[in-house]
Amino acid sequence: MCEPSGDMIKLAESVNNSKGDGAGPSAEDRITAVRDAGLLALSASETADALQEWRNQYIGRSGEVTLLLRGVGSLPAEQRAVFGQAANRLKNELEAAYDQREAVISAFTGPVGTIDVSLPGRSPAGGRLHPITQTIREITAAFGAMGFQTFEGPEVELEGYNFDAMNIPSDHPAREMFDTFWLDRVDEDGNNNLLLRTHTSPMQARIMETHEPPIRVVVPGRCYRYEATDASHEWHFNQVEVMAVDECITFADLKGTLYEFARRVFGAERKVRFRCDFFPFVEPGVDMSVDCFNCDGDPACRICRGSGWLEILGAGMVHPEVLRRAGYDPDRYTGFAAGMGVERVAMLKHGIDDIRHFYTNDMRFLSQF
Amino acid sequence: MKVPISWLEEYVPVTLPLDDLAHRLTMAGTEVVSIDTTLSFEGVVVGLAKEVGPHPNADRLRLVQVDAGDETLEVVCGAPNVATGQKIAFARIGSVLTDAHTGEERKLKRSKIRGVTSNGMVCSERELGMSDEHEGILVLPEGAPIGMSLGEYLGETLLDLELTPNRPDCLAVMGVAREVAALTGETATPPSIEYPEHGPDIATLAKVEIEDLDLCRRYTATLIQGVKIGPSPDWLADRLRAIGERPINNVVDVTNYVMFELGQPLHAFDFDSLSEGRIVVRRARPGETLLTLDGETRELTDDNLMIADAGKPIGLGGIIGGTESGITGSTTSVLLEAANFDGPNNRRSASKFGIRTEATLRFEKNLRPELAEYGVRRATKLILEVAGGTVASGIIDEWPDKAGAVQVVELPANAIERLLGVSYESGVVISTFEGLGMEVVSNNGAYSVTPPYWRPDIGIPEDLIEELARVIGYEKIPTTGITGSVPVWEPNPDRVLREAMKNILSRFGMQETISYSLTTPEAEAHARPPGHGLQPLQVMNPLSAEHATLRTTLRHSILTVLSRNARIWRGPLWMFESGRVYLDRGEGVGLPDEPEKFVGVVAGPRSDLEWMSGEPESSDFYDAKGIVESLLSEFGVTASFVPVEENTFEPGRCAQIVIPSAGRAVIGVLGEVASDVLSTFDIDTAPVAMFELDVEAIARLPELQSLGQQDYVPFGRFPDSSRDLALVIDDNAPAADVLALAERNRLVVSATVFDVYQGDAIPSGKKSLAVRVVYQAPDRTLTADELIKAENSILRALEHNFGAELRAR
Repeated sequence: MCEPSGDMIKLAESVNNSKGDGAGPSAEDRITAVRDAGLLALSASETADALQEWRNQYIGRSGEVTLLLRGVGSLPAEQRAVFGQAANRLKNELEAAYDQREAVISAFTGPVGTIDVSLPGRSPAGGRLHPITQTIREITAAFGAMGFQTFEGPEVELEGYNFDAMNIPSDHPAREMFDTFWLDRVDEDGNNNLLLRTHTSPMQARIMETHEPPIRVVVPGRCYRYEATDASHEWHFNQVEVMAVDECITFADLKGTLYEFARRVFGAERKVRFRCDFFPFVEPGVDMSVDCFNCDGDPACRICRGSGWLEILGAGMVHPEVLRRAGYDPDRYTGFAAGMGVERVAMLKHGIDDIRHFYTNDMRFLSQF
Repeated sequence: MKVPISWLEEYVPVTLPLDDLAHRLTMAGTEVVSIDTTLSFEGVVVGLAKEVGPHPNADRLRLVQVDAGDETLEVVCGAPNVATGQKIAFARIGSVLTDAHTGEERKLKRSKIRGVTSNGMVCSERELGMSDEHEGILVLPEGAPIGMSLGEYLGETLLDLELTPNRPDCLAVMGVAREVAALTGETATPPSIEYPEHGPDIATLAKVEIEDLDLCRRYTATLIQGVKIGPSPDWLADRLRAIGERPINNVVDVTNYVMFELGQPLHAFDFDSLSEGRIVVRRARPGETLLTLDGETRELTDDNLMIADAGKPIGLGGIIGGTESGITGSTTSVLLEAANFDGPNNRRSASKFGIRTEATLRFEKNLRPELAEYGVRRATKLILEVAGGTVASGIIDEWPDKAGAVQVVELPANAIERLLGVSYESGVVISTFEGLGMEVVSNNGAYSVTPPYWRPDIGIPEDLIEELARVIGYEKIPTTGITGSVPVWEPNPDRVLREAMKNILSRFGMQETISYSLTTPEAEAHARPPGHGLQPLQVMNPLSAEHATLRTTLRHSILTVLSRNARIWRGPLWMFESGRVYLDRGEGVGLPDEPEKFVGVVAGPRSDLEWMSGEPESSDFYDAKGIVESLLSEFGVTASFVPVEENTFEPGRCAQIVIPSAGRAVIGVLGEVASDVLSTFDIDTAPVAMFELDVEAIARLPELQSLGQQDYVPFGRFPDSSRDLALVIDDNAPAADVLALAERNRLVVSATVFDVYQGDAIPSGKKSLAVRVVYQAPDRTLTADELIKAENSILRALEHNFGAELRAR
């Protein structure tokens, strides 16, 4: 609870006075007295500071006129209206006089004096979004400008979507690429088929199952892999999945779309490289890199390690088996898909050397973005 | 996979500079991680001893002028055999060498020896760590190029490849050679498999039966008698060492060599140890065990494919051999196996036994059966060369079902253009496919293609199109934008709301944090919302005990972050997290619910230290409440705050956030975190206000359905008037109710509390509220009379409802 304000004390005194033994001045007298004293003091005010002081004393929030007005309620009911009107007239009169006097003084006194402009300004409150949120927004916005809509999906996923629908049957060596956290839940057949999704790719199948082509989607979200944490690996990370499916989507479209994305996110001057790579759910498969923006071919560059290129994403033409399993006719539809690690993009953009910073949530880190 | 260039050159001419070759391979999908040398001598180069003269102060020392390529340096040398004109191993200052006396590694420093500065060292083999020889310096052949790094000169240059799981062919030097040939327009020549067959017919000596054809499609074997087991010749041992394999003996080394050469795993049995000279390929029987070559006794089940003789298991098929049937120094007859085992089964068995051999690495990728025969013949030829002996005539070849052999892939007309967005002349297509070892029949723009047996990954038209694209080069394919219609827009209000809430909270001064979604029930128990009946979802294979269950609340996440930062951050500790919680719906019902929540904490100073305000005050409940109210007001939502008791929060300092306009829906909770909870989280900052909001509940509020469509309400054009009231009311009367009552007067625009006071002048059980009431009429300026009437009517209502007395106005 706060202390009583000076305002409140004065108010209480003024009420006490007016309620005293009846020997005090009448209401009209008090109004006249305040008016006379006020006008006199105003004419004696020669500077902006003095004028401000006068304003506080007479017509400010705890000025004498204000106190008179507040005292209205304590008068006998029959006096209130008359006194209230008189007090309000007085307030208007003094305010008008103040305005005139202020105009006169400012015309003659000139500038109000100097201030130390080097002192810091009052900071508006400033919170920031987590760099991962910012990076996801940047990526989804880049694709959004090309007509891609943002979708999200479940992080706890069925084995069927995470792997089989993505053309990764059990016992396939490609499962090696996805070390998995399994949940202790079983289905009707007693199989442990719930897992933490290892990539956002299962959303390709979920979206195709529920939507008719054409499809252009971008899907950000958390993913999980059972792997030890070090400066460049986290078991908990974010991916963004990108997919376009229609009757005439080509590899050339894949290149054009991803090239445009790279320019928007990494800068218009970036060079982009597409090379062959393998992912079970695409064919042909692509790895996209941009030229290193840290170095100029320095073999000791700590970001590209001298290769001159930074891998940004994996991509490719959606595998016909993935289309077929999702209920699309691969003879009629083609599409491309891409997936990228959000942390990696953020690390490259900001020169962050350790992925573990993102989920340690140290304010000294977060407040920089 | 490491590929020595000299080995590669046995099968294909390397015509490009290595950097260019590495680039071509990388772009086409076989990533060259680095170009290495088998030997590395940091800072040591080939030098020329230009002049050797006497040391002015020592008879046994010489001064050598060494041409190191880019400069000539004077070095003091004590070796008797140094002479003018020799090519020598020259260590620059800073080289890491082995100390000839202590054997320890040391960094070479510039030093004065008997008054003369030595700018390096002429090395012996001992100093290079090559041998113990340190009597004289290492003299290099005359042709050694001056200035070349010694490692590059003496060692083997290797390509270090990172392979994708679809290319088992590149797990062999011959496969990489074929890739190089396809990419550089050269021809790859496979190694010879010709050898003389002088022995008796193998069928009269040995017999193979495959019982479980689903797990072994083909089994080939040869028999070599009269071999002499011993160390491999240098060329063979050196090759294995160059790729990081340890030589064992000549026969075993050949089986390894051929696996790395051709990609076919092989196994050599001591033929004399086999009962009845018979091999039976079958599932293990319950209770069978096998002592494997790594010294472990394996308990087998019928999921494991065994190689057995007439009676007992002798090897775990395609994974590891048994000890008893292994090659020893006294072996004279070798039965050499090259089989085709089922990939998935091989992989399962290997991982069950925790054995990850080079053989499994290949078998699991579904090799073609054709490779087996080539492998067994190649290895037989090499064993005859390095271990002698006579081979029995013919081979054993059990391959009952040849139907699974290579299939023709039909590539329809226009398929290439349809997928790539560009077409190629048939001449280009055919020569590209043929360059990859495929047979091509072209027919009106369509192609019938037979992939070679070493490319089991090619089975559909898209695979062929990738081959074409990657050999031509992805960079040569055009770059276009998507044509066709744009998909129908699908609103996603929950996501839009969530992102808007993040923006607003950060604008209000809160820092967003993101925490792991795995935790433990024990950690969550300290700050768990009520009504959580279900157990959290548990990870079966957690990486660590502290990340074992999916979170059911964000409270634990944000308090952990607050705890971490309270010690290190002087500014406001205003933080929020937006994320999912994971609520199990029970066994066998599919996916859990993953509702989106917000949680925020408000603690520490209200602002950074500023000159105009001195030490900032501590933030409190009302900062958090103001954030929640302002957040909701951005969506046109007004909340009521209803006192509630919850374990996480301090008694009497917690409220449910209730929305009267939505049937009093509860959208969250707000309160001061209980002191015992703070101490559990080791937070010594107090008070800590915390709020929790449910995104879905907010998204369903009626105000959100018409967000952005609210009608304009004209604002009053006549001046308003404000009057202050000082009221004394019961301590437990909510201020919100006083204001609500005042605002019911039709002339009142707003009523705001501007002071709350309890103390000497106020009777106990009472509090003083100072309220500013603003009056306005839409159609006129209010007169003093009207104001007073309105005020009196408000006062009467307050007196009636709350026993309010006017203290002053």
